[in-house]
Amino acid sequence: MRPILMKGHERPLTFLRYNRDGDMLFSCAKDHTPTLWYADNGERHGTYRGHNGAVWCCDVSRDSSRLITGSADQTAKLWDVKTGTQLFSFKFSSPARSVDFSVGDKLAVITTDPFMERTSAIHVKRIADDPQDQDGESVLVLENPEGRKRINRAVWGPLNQTIVSGGEDAVLRIWDAETGKLLKETDKEVGHKQTITSLCKSADDSHFLTGSLDKTAKACLPFLLYLLFHNPPVLWDMRTLTLIKTYTSGVPVNAVSMSPLLDHVVIGGGQDASAVTTTDHRAGNFEAKFYDKILQEEIGGVKGHFGPINALAFNPDGRSFSSGGEDGYVRLHHFDSDYFNIKI
Amino acid sequence: MAELDIDTRAAKLGIDWSQVNLDSIQLPPGENFGIESDDEGVYHDDQLEFDTGFGNIIVVDNLPVVPKTKFEKLENVLKKIYSQLGVIKEKGLWMPVDPNTGMTLGYCFIEFNTPQEAQNAKEKTHGYKLDKSHIFAVNMFDDFDRLMNVKEEWEAPQTKPYVPGENLQKWLTDEKARDQLVTRSGPDTEVFWNDARQKNTELVHKRPYWTESYVQWSPLGTYLVTLHKQGAAVWGGADTFTRLMRYQHNMVKLVDFSPGEKYLVTYHSQEPSNPRDASKVEIKVFDVRTGRMMRDFKGSADEFSIGGPGGVAGASWPVFRWAGGKDDKYFAKLSKNTISVYETETFGLIDKKSIKVDNVVDICWSPTDSILSLFVPEQGGGNQPAKVALVQIPSKVELRQKNLFSVSDCKMYWQSSGEYLAVKVDRYTKTKKSTYSGFELFRIKERDIPIEVLELDNKNDKIIAFAWEPKGHRFAVIHGDQPRPDVSFYTMKTTQHGGRVTKLGTLKAKQANALFWSPTGKYIILAGLKNFNGQLEFFNVDELETMATTEHFMATDIEWDPTGRYVATAVTSVHEMENGFTIWSFNGKLLYRNLKDHFFQLAWRPRPPSFLSPEKEEEIAKNLKKYSKKYELEDQDVSLLLSEQDREKRKALKEEWEKWVKQWKSLHEEEKLARQSLRDGEVSDEEEEEDEAKEVKEVEFEDVIEVTEEVVQE
Repeated sequence: MRPILMKGHERPLTFLRYNRDGDMLFSCAKDHTPTLWYADNGERHGTYRGHNGAVWCCDVSRDSSRLITGSADQTAKLWDVKTGTQLFSFKFSSPARSVDFSVGDKLAVITTDPFMERTSAIHVKRIADDPQDQDGESVLVLENPEGRKRINRAVWGPLNQTIVSGGEDAVLRIWDAETGKLLKETDKEVGHKQTITSLCKSADDSHFLTGSLDKTAKACLPFLLYLLFHNPPVLWDMRTLTLIKTYTSGVPVNAVSMSPLLDHVVIGGGQDASAVTTTDHRAGNFEAKFYDKILQEEIGGVKGHFGPINALAFNPDGRSFSSGGEDGYVRLHHFDSDYFNIKI
Repeated sequence: MAELDIDTRAAKLGIDWSQVNLDSIQLPPGENFGIESDDEGVYHDDQLEFDTGFGNIIVVDNLPVVPKTKFEKLENVLKKIYSQLGVIKEKGLWMPVDPNTGMTLGYCFIEFNTPQEAQNAKEKTHGYKLDKSHIFAVNMFDDFDRLMNVKEEWEAPQTKPYVPGENLQKWLTDEKARDQLVTRSGPDTEVFWNDARQKNTELVHKRPYWTESYVQWSPLGTYLVTLHKQGAAVWGGADTFTRLMRYQHNMVKLVDFSPGEKYLVTYHSQEPSNPRDASKVEIKVFDVRTGRMMRDFKGSADEFSIGGPGGVAGASWPVFRWAGGKDDKYFAKLSKNTISVYETETFGLIDKKSIKVDNVVDICWSPTDSILSLFVPEQGGGNQPAKVALVQIPSKVELRQKNLFSVSDCKMYWQSSGEYLAVKVDRYTKTKKSTYSGFELFRIKERDIPIEVLELDNKNDKIIAFAWEPKGHRFAVIHGDQPRPDVSFYTMKTTQHGGRVTKLGTLKAKQANALFWSPTGKYIILAGLKNFNGQLEFFNVDELETMATTEHFMATDIEWDPTGRYVATAVTSVHEMENGFTIWSFNGKLLYRNLKDHFFQLAWRPRPPSFLSPEKEEEIAKNLKKYSKKYELEDQDVSLLLSEQDREKRKALKEEWEKWVKQWKSLHEEEKLARQSLRDGEVSDEEEEEDEAKEVKEVEFEDVIEVTEEVVQE
């Protein structure tokens, strides 16, 4: 499995996203230009120019026509994927950290960081079919109870009925996407102990995986798999958040992803970026580690980055994945046939 | 008064309780309305104890009986003696006089300012020889009643029936012959079985905050000692760890066992309030089984800090070094120009005298015999040569000595069965600008103790590490320049050369800076700790071949288990990442890892020496194949069972997962329509997608088929 090195960003990578067909790969980095790559050979297709700050997150619509990006320049922008033109800019008064299109791409959830007097919040925006009709009005604004703590990721639950968020306070929350009511939150006893850095849904939305910096003394819970039971809409409050699997790794986790094809999960992370140069390069553990989703056992690892891994994404066909590191590289890996025959 | 009572009372008096601010009420000074404060009670108690006791008075008996003329003289003598030990109260010395004869009665009372002073005076002067016929007998006045109650006639003490204690060595009877190890990580101290067959540990006992600094096994593995504010405690027992004995020593910092684990030495040092003073040191020696303090030593840190490697806070530990063997008969302390050897029968100096050796800087006991080796450096600017000598204890006869010239430093290494002593000598070159090293090898067990000189092939090589093969006749030396020094092996015994030291071989350019012999000999680990990031090379010295080269990244500690079957390597909390330990087989096969954050300490439980005679051991070694069959079968059974269990577990996990997936699928089906409407009628579920693909593109369809096949295989 010889990776394809994609060098197009000048700053650390922050996020990677494939479109549904698995032929395009969008990458976000701390430089200001999200980039589009051919997911097969890693050739650069184009860039989206217009942001004036680090780009933290992106999402692409189901039909691959729209791209939404959240940036530290206090905007979230809507782009035409094909032409690269900016269609709309949602303005906030603090950096936008994460974005996610709903099922049907009619809504988008955007989280904003605490900034100056502003507390962190989750905004729901309506996405118009015709960019001409687009407005910046929020359908719903959810205030984080832990306002000074950042929300690192918010995604839509099944049928757009809920929003799941996680962040610096290490608590996962489920919100009602209609009323904005907080439905459920995890308690610290069973959940993460430190900042939740990443959250990734399974291909069929049935469960999701979170990664965290916690590397606590008692139990290493760097990433957890949660099952979202969805019950009929009538039983709103019955909706549960159940921890089903815990995977342990010795290093802080920055990124997680799940294979849509096999029961594999992959995690990436490593030593804190600020400590990297002070130790031997092997101490960093900048490995993308594969685990068996069901058995919770480590299968193997893919080395290569020389800084912590910040972003991971599986191609929707499950035959390749890419990782983005603090080192500014995106590494695109097509799996060998051996990978599909791993028995543990 | 109950709250209810208060409420009713208030209601009667017409007071609205909620309007009263209790804090605003000020009591007249000195008035407490008959309610005593809790604090006052405490204060009162203190006072009481202080007043009633005569704790600060001592009774000195066996004084000379003197007439009036000499009364004053005797009184002055006594005052002189006792005012050195404390402040005598004004008119605090009272010597009764027989009113008829005017002679003193031969005793006196002395009142000190504090009970501490009185106690101290009692301890210091009890048995004081004023002259031949007058030996002081000093008692506390408070003990008076107790002494009066002593019955005139001796009563035979009742013999208590014998109660068998716990079997403290039960861990040795483990059916699977496993070994135990103790680890400290975070707040927890845990004792495990090392179950190499199961490739995991089995917990024996776990306790948070078990010790306040560290834990230590006794040399034969019977006890585990923990340190606390109040003193040390030893733990052990048949099944779990119960506390067997406590040893009171406030703020104990260090402990040390005698090799036969009969005695425990505890150490405490107090930082002086004035930084120019030396810190105060107190050392106590306890009998491990009875818990009785046998002797204590007090003094300034300077008295306890001469010589020896590895000083801890001003003192080198252990201060008292125990003579080898299980008898625990002698222990020695090095101080300036003297070696004090104590024996444990009386806990006094042998012949009541220390051994005077000018300028001695290091002493070392033979691990098996009561022979002390000592090193005296050069004196008088090289006029008097340096000297290494062997002294027999208790006779204090010098068995052998060797003078050495232009020596900068010496280090003594005893072989574990006391057969050989290697002295590493660093000598100055002629220009005195640099040093080079050589060895003087003593054969203790041979007649007249012959000495051999060994120099390395390259005389200028620096010696980085030296280690004797336990119970063997070989040793290993790491020499040369960092970062890639050489490792050489030597033997003291060869068939051809008889009694000459011979080189067995040299390994060139190894990344190693420490040597770890297996406790049974034959195998050695060449380890590159610290700067070398934890390189490990498992080496067979019999065959002179490398068995395995591996790495435990950033390893800080390496310890063989007492049987020489397994090795534990650990990364302790000096590093932030990947704390924990790894267990290897003797030949360098990784067995399992155990990650624990904030990992502080790992120690195998030692085993007492085997009771088998050397002949019997040899016989077993010869017929190893016969014995090993049984164990190999057991091993096989275990591994079969293990894989069976593993399969079961995996099956259960898979089934559980499939149940979830099924549950979810049915829900997913129910919500299909809702999802479709959200997507403006676009179909979204997987089955339809495949149909879609079929219509659009033939090639893609083939691809998908391939995928499904593999999923079925899974």
